[in-house]
Amino acid sequence: MSSSAILHTANDSSHVQSHFGIDAAMAHRCLAAALVAGGDFAELYFESMTSSSIGIDEGIVKSASASHSRGCGVRVVSGERTGYSYTDSLEEDRLLHAAKTAALIASGPATVQIQGFVTAAVHDLYPVVGLDAEITAKLQLVQRADRAARAYDSRITQVRAGFSDEVKHILVIGSDGTWAADTQPLSRFSVSVLANDPAADGGKGATARGSGGGGGRVTLDYYTTVRTPEYFAEEAARQAIVQLTAEAAPAGEMEVVLGPGWPGVLIHEAVGHGLEADFNRKKQSAFAGLMDQRVATDQVSVADNGTMPGRRGSLNVDDEGTPTRNNLLIENGMLRRYMSDKLSAKLMGLPGTGSGRRESYASIPMPRMTNTYMLPGQDDPADILRSVKRGLFAANFSGGSVDITNGKFVFAASEAYLIEEGKITAPVKGAMLIGNGPEALQYVSMVGHDLQLDEGVGTCGKRGQGVPVCVGAPTIKLDRMTVGGTGS
Amino acid sequence: MPVSTKIILEQLAQEIVDRAMHAGATDAEAVVYEGDEFSTKVRLGQVETLTESTSRAVGLRVFNGQRTASTSTNDFSDASIQRMISGAVELAKITEEDPFAGLPDASEYSPLRNGEGLGIYFDDVYRLAAKDRIEMARATEAAAMAADTRIQNSDGGTFTAATSHKAIANSRGFAGEYRKSYCGIGCAPIAQDERGMQRDGWGSSARTLRKLDTPEEVGREAAKRALRRLGARRVPTQRATIVFSREIARGIIGDIFDAVNGDAVYRNATMFAGKLGEQVASPLVTVIDDGTMMLEPGLGGFGTLPFDGDGLPMQRKVIVQDGILQTYVTNTYIARKLGTRSTGNASRGLAGAPGIGSGNFYLQPGVLSPREIIRRCRTACM
Repeated sequence: MSSSAILHTANDSSHVQSHFGIDAAMAHRCLAAALVAGGDFAELYFESMTSSSIGIDEGIVKSASASHSRGCGVRVVSGERTGYSYTDSLEEDRLLHAAKTAALIASGPATVQIQGFVTAAVHDLYPVVGLDAEITAKLQLVQRADRAARAYDSRITQVRAGFSDEVKHILVIGSDGTWAADTQPLSRFSVSVLANDPAADGGKGATARGSGGGGGRVTLDYYTTVRTPEYFAEEAARQAIVQLTAEAAPAGEMEVVLGPGWPGVLIHEAVGHGLEADFNRKKQSAFAGLMDQRVATDQVSVADNGTMPGRRGSLNVDDEGTPTRNNLLIENGMLRRYMSDKLSAKLMGLPGTGSGRRESYASIPMPRMTNTYMLPGQDDPADILRSVKRGLFAANFSGGSVDITNGKFVFAASEAYLIEEGKITAPVKGAMLIGNGPEALQYVSMVGHDLQLDEGVGTCGKRGQGVPVCVGAPTIKLDRMTVGGTGS
Repeated sequence: MPVSTKIILEQLAQEIVDRAMHAGATDAEAVVYEGDEFSTKVRLGQVETLTESTSRAVGLRVFNGQRTASTSTNDFSDASIQRMISGAVELAKITEEDPFAGLPDASEYSPLRNGEGLGIYFDDVYRLAAKDRIEMARATEAAAMAADTRIQNSDGGTFTAATSHKAIANSRGFAGEYRKSYCGIGCAPIAQDERGMQRDGWGSSARTLRKLDTPEEVGREAAKRALRRLGARRVPTQRATIVFSREIARGIIGDIFDAVNGDAVYRNATMFAGKLGEQVASPLVTVIDDGTMMLEPGLGGFGTLPFDGDGLPMQRKVIVQDGILQTYVTNTYIARKLGTRSTGNASRGLAGAPGIGSGNFYLQPGVLSPREIIRRCRTACM
């Protein structure tokens, strides 16, 4: 465990540099080895990460763990081809070996000059204070969550709470002159509970789950002042207790209102992935070839914004050394921008959007989302509900999937209610929302002014790589959507 | 390919355990892992990505009486290993006593201490030259593209080969290690007609190249699956008879595994809690978990290992017999919670307490052919 809580400023390149034992001359030698057989571009991505977690289960702090990893990934790009190799030891001979392996993708004489390195100017979006010194403080946080969830209702029978955090140092060095360093803190609190009521459902008994949690690129005091363990625990307990009395969801096509915040995951899945440049370059997206065309009603604007202070999906600089941006993807229904990494930007002639991300040094970067949300509209959320005669209000989703080729998606609502005559009435369980992203965008008829981002719990998966993201949306009304359920 | 500085994994694991005990742990367990992988993707006939790498890591779990903690690192320098050991010992002072925590007793460990004879490691996965590996990926995609004119795009054909070596040692005298190998080909064609674009995929994977389906078989099957998605009809909301194909049925079998997971049982979080000996499924349903299964002489299944994550023997268990629930699946910790003996289902990552994992988990086949099942349905979804 590190004894010092203070690390260093995020854009202090020299510190990160000494962290990895690399200087400009050695970087030049490694990049030259990577480009020895030709190729348009080569890159070294250094990463060092420490992480820790602590968990309470059945009222006992049963687990605590800490880990450290480091490594370097070497990438060579030649046209549309990518060669990649990584090493977890950072001695020059291992780096050179990885560089030569990545170089196997190219076959020709070296042609590209390595540019002089220019230290990238990066954002300053998050604190650079490590959390790992405060283990006893973290222990108290999970104990508080355990107590709060149990105190919420006597029907709460199981409580698990955990706190995990990490600090990641990265250094990206490219043959195009890129030299970018960052220190990225990230933490997350999570609570999951089970509620059990033997008397529910006419004596048959009922069991329900609830979960709460959140975090971001924040300091530990975020969890004592902004979002406390009690806040997350009570949210988890509230969900579970509501679900105890939920009835089977109705099935069929109906009006659907999505609550603000986490339901924005539907935008992320059904729209966001389809706007990642690689899927469009390869004509695999339902949005391919639709730039500057209408893809949604004029109520709909969608942004991917990597520059929000402290957010889980935010980055001072992406994993290719490009500063992140606030990218407006859909503007009043018109498709305006794809999210691109260096490779897609070059091959498609697109502007760089700071969207090149990777899970770790062992992974090839791709266009990815950061914080993705639908922009707020004009409508009062209460008016939106009032406009629905009979429909479903989806307050929270537990999971979902999408096929970007045709935009089809399925989402399971973990908290949903019937809307009858403009009012939220009974809670329902087992509701599945089934639809098609591009089609659903045509049915958005009202957009609330109450934009919320999720609490900071999301991890987006693509081609087996997970990266932290935020999703968000205001209250939204869709005039038609298929709901799968077992009720009537 | 093998790391240049060869380390003896089991010896390193043992050494870390000894050092942790010396540092004040009352029990300790170390896992050392080393792996390598090669993967390539060919898209529209051109190599798109080629990755080749090695990695290694070490994890430690220590006990301070009934308090536990764990740490891990991929930096094998002595200073880093020392930090890992002292970090774990320090953390195990702040966690709380769990009366069920602790290593298994010395008498319980698996007599098998390596993978010999299990048929889970074959060095032939690396026998192909780089250009032949690329050719496997290319041929798989090409077979899909050639299957039908409605397939003009693809997310590529892939070839992957990987091997790993894992050793585990603990302070109760257990030490074991095994190697595993893996190879696979696959492709994801995109079919398109006037009704839209549909994508599906298919793959084959095995512990040895010898058992891999041919690129032509895999490509053709992938094409068939993408093509049959074209022209999907919207089905009215209804209660219907559903025939599950083998791939989808596998997912449902996975849900059964979750329902018999002992962790969910002691939390009363599964529909099968308290149902041992009761009819929980149709009499046609018999489900087995077999961590010792041999697919043929000299070839183990993907879930076949010499010992589980606790070091205990893998077992063959009938989970559901003719619809009647026979047993839950447990590891050492969960068995103590339930007052039973471990079923050898401990799974283990680098750090943290063992979880629950399956061996080779399957639904026993019945007597009807798939065609006969479909023939017996009047209207159904598949």
